[in-house]
Amino acid sequence: MNPAPSVIIFTVLSGMGLGYLALLATAHDYSGMAAFWHWAFGYALATIGLMASAFHLGNPQRALLAFTQWRTSWLSREAWGAVLTLLAFAPLALSDWLGLGLPRGFGWLGAGLALATVLATGMIYAQIRAVPRWHHWTVPLLFLGFAVAGGCLLAGFRWPALAALVVLGGAMVLHWRIGDGAFARAGSTMASATGLGRPGAVTVFEPAHTAGNYLLREMIHVVGRRHAAKLRAIALGLGAVLPALALLVLPGVAAFGVALVLHLLGALAQRWLFFAEAEHVVGLYYGARGA
Amino acid sequence: MNQPRVNTSPQVSDDIRKTTCYMCACRCGINVHLKEGRVTYIEGNRDHPINKGVLCAKGASGIMQVTAPSRLRTPLRRVGPRGSGAFEPISWEEALQTAVDWLRPLRDTAPEKLAFFTGRDQSQSFTGWWAQAFGTPNYAAHGGFCSVNMAAAGIYTLGGAFWEFGAPDWERSKLFVLFGVAEDHDSNPIKIGIGKMKARGARIIGINPIRTGYNAVADDWIGITPGTDGLLILSLIHCLLEAGKIDVDYLARYTNAAFLLNDSEGPEKGLFVRNAEAQPFVIDRRTGAPAPWEAKGVQPDLGAVWQGHRTVFQHMAERYLAPGYAPEAVAARCGVPALRIRQLAAELAEVAFNQAIEIAQPWVDFRGDAHASMIGRPVSFHAMRGISAHSNGFQTARALHLLQILLGAVETPGSWRMKPPYPKPLEAHPTPHFVTVPGKPLTGPHLGYVRAPDQLALKPDGSPARIDKAFSWENPFSAHGLMHMVIPNAVAGDPYRIDTLFLYMANMAWNSSMNTAQVMEMLTATEADGSYTIPRIIYSDAYASEMVAYADLILPDTTYLERHDCISMLDRPVSEPDAAGDAIRWPVVAPDRDVRGFQSVLLDLGARLGLPGMVAEEGSPKFKDYADYIANHQRRPGVGPLMGFRGNGDGEGRGAPNPDQLARYIENGGFYQAHVPDEALFFKPWNAAYQDWAVKVGLFDSPQPYLFNIWSEPMRRFQLAAEGHGAVQPPDHLRARLRLAMDPLPIWYAPFGDEAEPFGFTVHALTQRPMDMYHSWGSQNAWLRQIRGHNPLFVPTKLWLRHGFQDGDWARVTSPSGQITVPVVHMAALNENTVWTWNAIGKRKGAWALSEGASEAGKGFLLNHLISELLPAKGDGMRYSNSDPITGQAAWFDLRVRIERAEPPPGGESLPAFGPIPRVVPEGGMR
Amino acid sequence: MTCLPGKTDKALGLVIDLDTCVGCQACVTACKGWNDQGYGVPLSDQNPYGSKPSGTFLNRVHSYQVQAEPAPMIVNFPRSCLHCADAPCVTVCPTGASYKRAEDGIVLVNEEACIGCGLCAWACPYGARELDADAGVMKKCTLCVDRIYNENLPEEDREPACVRTCPTGARHFGDLADPTSAVSQLVAARGGYDLMPEQGTRPTNKYLPPRKKDRPDQASLLAPLLDIQATGFAGWLDRILGKI
Repeated sequence: MNPAPSVIIFTVLSGMGLGYLALLATAHDYSGMAAFWHWAFGYALATIGLMASAFHLGNPQRALLAFTQWRTSWLSREAWGAVLTLLAFAPLALSDWLGLGLPRGFGWLGAGLALATVLATGMIYAQIRAVPRWHHWTVPLLFLGFAVAGGCLLAGFRWPALAALVVLGGAMVLHWRIGDGAFARAGSTMASATGLGRPGAVTVFEPAHTAGNYLLREMIHVVGRRHAAKLRAIALGLGAVLPALALLVLPGVAAFGVALVLHLLGALAQRWLFFAEAEHVVGLYYGARGA
Repeated sequence: MNQPRVNTSPQVSDDIRKTTCYMCACRCGINVHLKEGRVTYIEGNRDHPINKGVLCAKGASGIMQVTAPSRLRTPLRRVGPRGSGAFEPISWEEALQTAVDWLRPLRDTAPEKLAFFTGRDQSQSFTGWWAQAFGTPNYAAHGGFCSVNMAAAGIYTLGGAFWEFGAPDWERSKLFVLFGVAEDHDSNPIKIGIGKMKARGARIIGINPIRTGYNAVADDWIGITPGTDGLLILSLIHCLLEAGKIDVDYLARYTNAAFLLNDSEGPEKGLFVRNAEAQPFVIDRRTGAPAPWEAKGVQPDLGAVWQGHRTVFQHMAERYLAPGYAPEAVAARCGVPALRIRQLAAELAEVAFNQAIEIAQPWVDFRGDAHASMIGRPVSFHAMRGISAHSNGFQTARALHLLQILLGAVETPGSWRMKPPYPKPLEAHPTPHFVTVPGKPLTGPHLGYVRAPDQLALKPDGSPARIDKAFSWENPFSAHGLMHMVIPNAVAGDPYRIDTLFLYMANMAWNSSMNTAQVMEMLTATEADGSYTIPRIIYSDAYASEMVAYADLILPDTTYLERHDCISMLDRPVSEPDAAGDAIRWPVVAPDRDVRGFQSVLLDLGARLGLPGMVAEEGSPKFKDYADYIANHQRRPGVGPLMGFRGNGDGEGRGAPNPDQLARYIENGGFYQAHVPDEALFFKPWNAAYQDWAVKVGLFDSPQPYLFNIWSEPMRRFQLAAEGHGAVQPPDHLRARLRLAMDPLPIWYAPFGDEAEPFGFTVHALTQRPMDMYHSWGSQNAWLRQIRGHNPLFVPTKLWLRHGFQDGDWARVTSPSGQITVPVVHMAALNENTVWTWNAIGKRKGAWALSEGASEAGKGFLLNHLISELLPAKGDGMRYSNSDPITGQAAWFDLRVRIERAEPPPGGESLPAFGPIPRVVPEGGMR
Repeated sequence: MTCLPGKTDKALGLVIDLDTCVGCQACVTACKGWNDQGYGVPLSDQNPYGSKPSGTFLNRVHSYQVQAEPAPMIVNFPRSCLHCADAPCVTVCPTGASYKRAEDGIVLVNEEACIGCGLCAWACPYGARELDADAGVMKKCTLCVDRIYNENLPEEDREPACVRTCPTGARHFGDLADPTSAVSQLVAARGGYDLMPEQGTRPTNKYLPPRKKDRPDQASLLAPLLDIQATGFAGWLDRILGKI
């Protein structure tokens, strides 16, 4: 799949922002201007992420229509989740800032919604059977892992962050390990795609058009195997291993600063790979995956 | 559920205009939809005889052709050096006056100094008539590098040919055998027919080195070695003769198999034995005595021997029964196992004789003998360029026709039938006219069918009269001329120099020449004094092709939706075996540029030059424009370009000109059909009812029944000349070749290209035209070029493995005359010694309004760079032309190459790479 | 609505005969031509005369080689929307633009509601949907919904443009929910099949497989009339002419 920057930024930042907001709402109790800045930062991250997704749309002016199909569409559910989450946090954020004294219990609703939103984001991909690598529960786990780990790093929770990074690292490895065999397990081949396998092995003779098209750009992105291995190491190293080491080795705030920057880069690398490595079965029609 | 409401009955258009497609040579009927005067959609015309509603990829893309940015916009005059692209726009008045100033002195002094050749011209009866009136012998269209072997072999043998002039009986045929076919001629009818056969479960056998398109859906595929089809066919004939599976009755009645061949040594040997009236005759089985071949009740005896002279049948049988034609003897050469050849012969015999069909339709033959029904042999054949474009193509096509005849599978139910105006006997065709008289027209048409050496187009000194050397000893039966030789001959001054080269729709500076790079040099070649070797070039086309840049004067033509045309019974009509048909084009939209239909321009030029037939008595133009000509010109009294709605509107074929004729055609959907009566639908050359009908509708002026020519007496006359008999004698260096090639019975000899094999050129190289592109035209089309914007060289498995090719690799391909470096792609369903590519996808940078980075001009390539119009020098120093020695058909499928792995060229562009050609129109932007 | 309608009254669709398709691309441009002026926005082309042209097409014809015995095959393969019963492209749509019609099963995009997120194209295993680069809305085969019921067209033309134009008649249109329809019977007779059944989409369109090829019917050989070596040409001639 095409690793479009807008979608990478959207999923990385919104996940991290929502994770952070959830922790602000449940585990922190900033007040006054400190509260304002923390909440504003969390809101900003989540909102920038969500706004980035609009750049992926052909007709963003109709985006409100995306709220209508919550009964069937994970994308619609995600939209509702994001808005409800941001609304749900608002009283608490105001209370923290203005000292209104709303009980922290109010935060749990928002936190639950935030995690549900991240889950919905993951499900947008996980529901797609035509991309076997994505069609698995490790995808929402991965998204939740990034949200929690990123949130903890932002929130400055050393031990929870370490735990989340360990889980995240495991989730990444699991996603890759399971994902690597997913296409074969899904059972789609050039033979099943064309129905021509019975007389003999099927290969592409001529492509449908010699010119490019949307499908080739959007869904048939080929990433070299060695290139992918390198990026996986970077994603795992920067996304989980090195931030964890930084938290263990470096002192105080510096540890969080370094860990956060590394983690963000790792998250971007992981997300780029998440798209670039995902093979869509339509590629079979173009011979993008052998015979 | 609140589903959106969809308007399922939108208004499609405000007007539908029915005209004829010109996206290829197929001539389908189209419905052009217009909204507010703009073309919005094009679909097939359901009533049209050719396409019956369907339309191909090109046809439906016509909407992108009438708006293509490559369209020429105004007349242009060259102001810089030729080929520099420096042109100035001029008015039509200036353009026409310039042309007249160039042409008038030629007509007055030496008309042959004008060479007028048209390419993909569909108005040849008109352009030929114009050239005849001008008086130059130098006129032809592009058939010489396209189809002439097939056309001529058909006429000399059957009085009709494959290509689009005949068709299998799609409704009844049970077995269809398809030899090498260009998928762009008669393409929709063949596709419709294949679909019908498939729906009925009939069998299709494809004999072709390449398995794509029609061959991909064939039930059986024989990946024959290129150039050996004739040998395979003669071997099939061997098997059928050996088993006695031939239609003896058909041979006796409808062919010259029972004619007696003169067996006495001397100048008559091998000619027909003739009676006192100089007519060939037969021996009647009832009496054992000579009888006229056309006599009522005569039963010609195939086994007769009369005064020592034996029949054609015996000579034929003896030849093909020889062990040299046994499958085992030819299998290796053809690349087809002997068993497979025997199976094919058995299958032909089984369907022709054991599955014969009968139509309960009484009919009477030309002898007056009545037949209670029509017996059919449901085996049909079709072939085109695959066998035509070889140096043995004429004889191969003759061999195929002989196979059809032996099976009784021509003009019988279920077999292959001709479309009016065919069948038409050889004798009804003209012979070439070529004698020039300054200021006078030629006395007859340029092109014809030579029957004897004294009809060759030779000057009194024996040198060729025509610039292309058509109808000379080098190619006596060159019935379509040799357009591909015009530029090389004119530059070489052999047989003479010309002054003005006038071309229409012929991309000679690119894909329509065999050796493109050299032709480009020839077009700009100069003499010692700096003048151009070809002093003047006038070119007419609708689009900015590669050729445009080399012209001195450009006459911009309209697109096909902006013009009048007639698809006439006088040249290539839209007939089907059951009906004669012709059609028109008419301007369904008005041009938005300063362009004029070429035929109207030619009439204007003719009137200004005072050409006979184009000026009225008082000296004014006789025809206002081409539309006026179509309705009012008469070729013979009562017979004009269009057959329908003549006279008062009821005349069919014959009748006075009708001023409302075009309006009636438009009302009728743009075409007219005259249906063949039921009793005349089969056995047409011999069917009295058909002959009478043909006279009635003006195809002939008297009935013209004839026999098929198994033995070709005209060919034997040339062989006799080569043996030293007769007054008109060939040059000595051609005698041996003529003796071989002009064999009066079909033979096979190795294609001349095979002579390159000992030098390491072991691989055959072919081109095919894709069904979605026509010549070079498709690339300027925004839709079609997305489908096919570049072409690879397809390599068979054996060569792919031998050279260690991988996906994405490139190969250097070398022939005796050139080298290219091109991308390769593996193809399994391909003859193991053959490589091939799609034809005319490669373009020169800067042409056709494409960007210079267009894939057509980078990765895309032409195979033409590997082909020369001359063969390598022989031991005697002679360079023979790379063509069939009988017809001069360009033998571009003879090509032999060697192939090796190569580094990808810089920039991923195929080699040779040419610099950009100067633009005549701006690069296209949005569509 | 992005809920699938469950059962539709009809299941209109195409049956594509791979034994007959010669790969001529006629359906590709007929579709392009009709839909460029028909339902919804035009099918745009980018850089149409440039180095990298790219356009929206709703139907594309691939070509495959099959390493069959005894001879390899080439199979031309048109690919367009299959109007699946369990269309995953419909349920993923966040706006309800993508829907399956209850009355005939046609899967359509209501372009006025399409935000161009592309998720439906991701969800489709068959590459049936292309986002138009000019208009930013998703384009797909409409089964020519603006032809098949169009009262402004003659009855005989009320079929999809690709079917009307197909020169070999390799494309058939009809109701696959009706077992008595011509298309259903063709599917039954010729073993019509689904593409990628493992994807669970239950396509309406069916493909007819190529018939068995390269097996000559005629195993028996032609028996020579007589041994020419032994009896000579004259004997052969007597025998053959005795047949008249």
